Amino acid sequence: MLEIRNLHVKLEEEDKVILKGVNLALPDGEVHAIMGPNGSGKSTLSYVLAGREGYEVTEGEVLLDGENLLEMEPEERAAKGVFLAFQYPVEIPGVGNMTFLRTALNAQRKARGEPELSGAEFLRLVREKAKALEIDPEMLKRPVNVGFSGGEKKRNEILQMAVLEPKLAILDETDSGLDIDALRLVAEGVNALRAPDRSFLVITHYQRLLDYIVPDVVHIMADGRIIRTGDADLAREVEKTGYADILKELA
Amino acid sequence: MAEVHERDNPAEARLAAIRLPEEEAGWARAARAAALARLRRTGLPNQRDEYWRETDPSAFVAPEPVPAAPLVTDEPPVFDAIDRLKVVFVDGVFDPEASDPLALDHVEIERLADVLQADIHWARDLFGRLEETAHDPVPRPFAALNTAVAGDGIVIRVRGRAPKPISLIYLHRDDRSDAVLHHLVRIEPGAELTLLENGPAAARFNQLLEVEVAAGGSFHHVRAQGRDHERRAVTHLVGRVAEGGVLKSFTLTANGALSRNEYVVRLEGAEAVTHLAGAAVGDGAVHPFHHDDTIFVTHAAESCESRQVFKKVLRNGAVGVFQGKILVRSVAQKTDGYQLSQGLMLDGDSRFFAKPELEIYADDVKCSHGSTCGAIDEEQLFYLRARGVPRPEAENLLVLAFLAEALEEIEDPALADDIRARLEAWLRRRQG
Repeated sequence: MLEIRNLHVKLEEEDKVILKGVNLALPDGEVHAIMGPNGSGKSTLSYVLAGREGYEVTEGEVLLDGENLLEMEPEERAAKGVFLAFQYPVEIPGVGNMTFLRTALNAQRKARGEPELSGAEFLRLVREKAKALEIDPEMLKRPVNVGFSGGEKKRNEILQMAVLEPKLAILDETDSGLDIDALRLVAEGVNALRAPDRSFLVITHYQRLLDYIVPDVVHIMADGRIIRTGDADLAREVEKTGYADILKELA
Repeated sequence: MAEVHERDNPAEARLAAIRLPEEEAGWARAARAAALARLRRTGLPNQRDEYWRETDPSAFVAPEPVPAAPLVTDEPPVFDAIDRLKVVFVDGVFDPEASDPLALDHVEIERLADVLQADIHWARDLFGRLEETAHDPVPRPFAALNTAVAGDGIVIRVRGRAPKPISLIYLHRDDRSDAVLHHLVRIEPGAELTLLENGPAAARFNQLLEVEVAAGGSFHHVRAQGRDHERRAVTHLVGRVAEGGVLKSFTLTANGALSRNEYVVRLEGAEAVTHLAGAAVGDGAVHPFHHDDTIFVTHAAESCESRQVFKKVLRNGAVGVFQGKILVRSVAQKTDGYQLSQGLMLDGDSRFFAKPELEIYADDVKCSHGSTCGAIDEEQLFYLRARGVPRPEAENLLVLAFLAEALEEIEDPALADDIRARLEAWLRRRQG
């Protein structure tokens, strides 16, 4: 269970307040979508949950299964089961995709007191997951995200998610830059991971992704707050009328 | 006043004290005398010299070395698991007991001290002859000094494919040793050799390697300098590569108070290739670290290829210097030249100087160079941490990634793995 209570966040470097009291409860097993216009604070929320530097929490708290997430280093959050699928996956020349993924998985397992996977066990696991996502084994041998197409980068994020099996997966505009086939693959990858003990926070600008990953709850975010919450129909309403109407309603 | 000043000048004192070996063959004595004359003409350097501005040569110039205690470590030496022919020098003196018999298929191996006694020897065309060509336009006084006084070294002639690498192992026992080693390598047409070098050598170490690669020959050099903190070493690799020949050199440097590695390579035949690479890691926290790579590659024939890839990881006041030049003569059309020098600063205290130079007189040439100096990429670091990799481990991964392009220049995978393992161990020891 993820609980975000009255979260206020500003940029560390400048006096710019981005989140102005976000409240959200995401029970295990559910998929919640956050939609909103550009600049509403959606991506900031995802970064703050993952522990990126540069943000200052001025008020409020975030609990994952009752534990204060905001006090943890990014790697501790990952070991607790937080996974952020990046909007812009980072290229790391010189680090092989497999080395990266194995180091990550074993670091998490070590932090949780679980035995590390051997090279052979790991290879088997990744091959199986990669196959389901139609990821070319050649891609696994290349440096992390280097020379990957936009779709390959996003599929690589989902592969990491499938291997790391997080408790809470945050998908930050995973649909951006994807054609319809890639979108379907990514959505299938996510749907395959839906489980009673795993929750998803799907951040998106467009409703399109939510045709494939059907959410239990939809939140509309604007100007650093969640201004409306509803079911999957709310997403379709936004798609039809745009954000302008909702914002007007509010004003 | 002037005379008093000269007597107090360590460079003058050093030059005045040089005595050339006398019991050698005529050609050797002539080569020594010519080298000393070169040295007297240029003099020993100081920090006013253009290529010594960022590296203080006074420890190399001083009449006596700074005493250095031999390194004590229980880490097995690098290349330990590699099948190789071992040639051991202790404080700069060949140790036949500790060495393997100097015999290898397709290879003649001799001790320099013996070769210089022989009235007739092929080495007369190489000893000091390549070094002599390396001074124009930049003098290399310590290379000339080496030819003049070197007491020992190894002389190798390769006539086919050497079945295993020759490994020069330098042991340091005496805390005041002042070792000067001079090696000669001649790769005959189509022949191949890998030469390995490692070990602390001496309190002060001057090493010169003259390498002649004939048409279609190939020479691979992999060297590990470290982990002796008190190392003060000046080395020169002077190479000449004929048509279709290959000369590749990689150096790992870990620690060291003062290391200056110079490379002077001339590509003299069409389609000759040289790749020079170095990965240096230094942490100035407890011991000073200063590392200098100074390179001069001349393209003197058509369609040759040269690469320089030098990377330095610096922390806690460590200093890295790169001075690299590509000279493309007017005859050297279709030259493919590449030069990369990069510094990765792990804190705000360290310093990296880079002086890349291109001088091109041909018009149909592809030459690129780049030099960067930066910190660890925060985006990459966060990405790794967000996947669960703890910060120190994530930093080490990124440091290895930064060095990867230099390590890729090692062709033999077993040697590359060995070098990578050394780096990983070095990084782990310094992990917070």
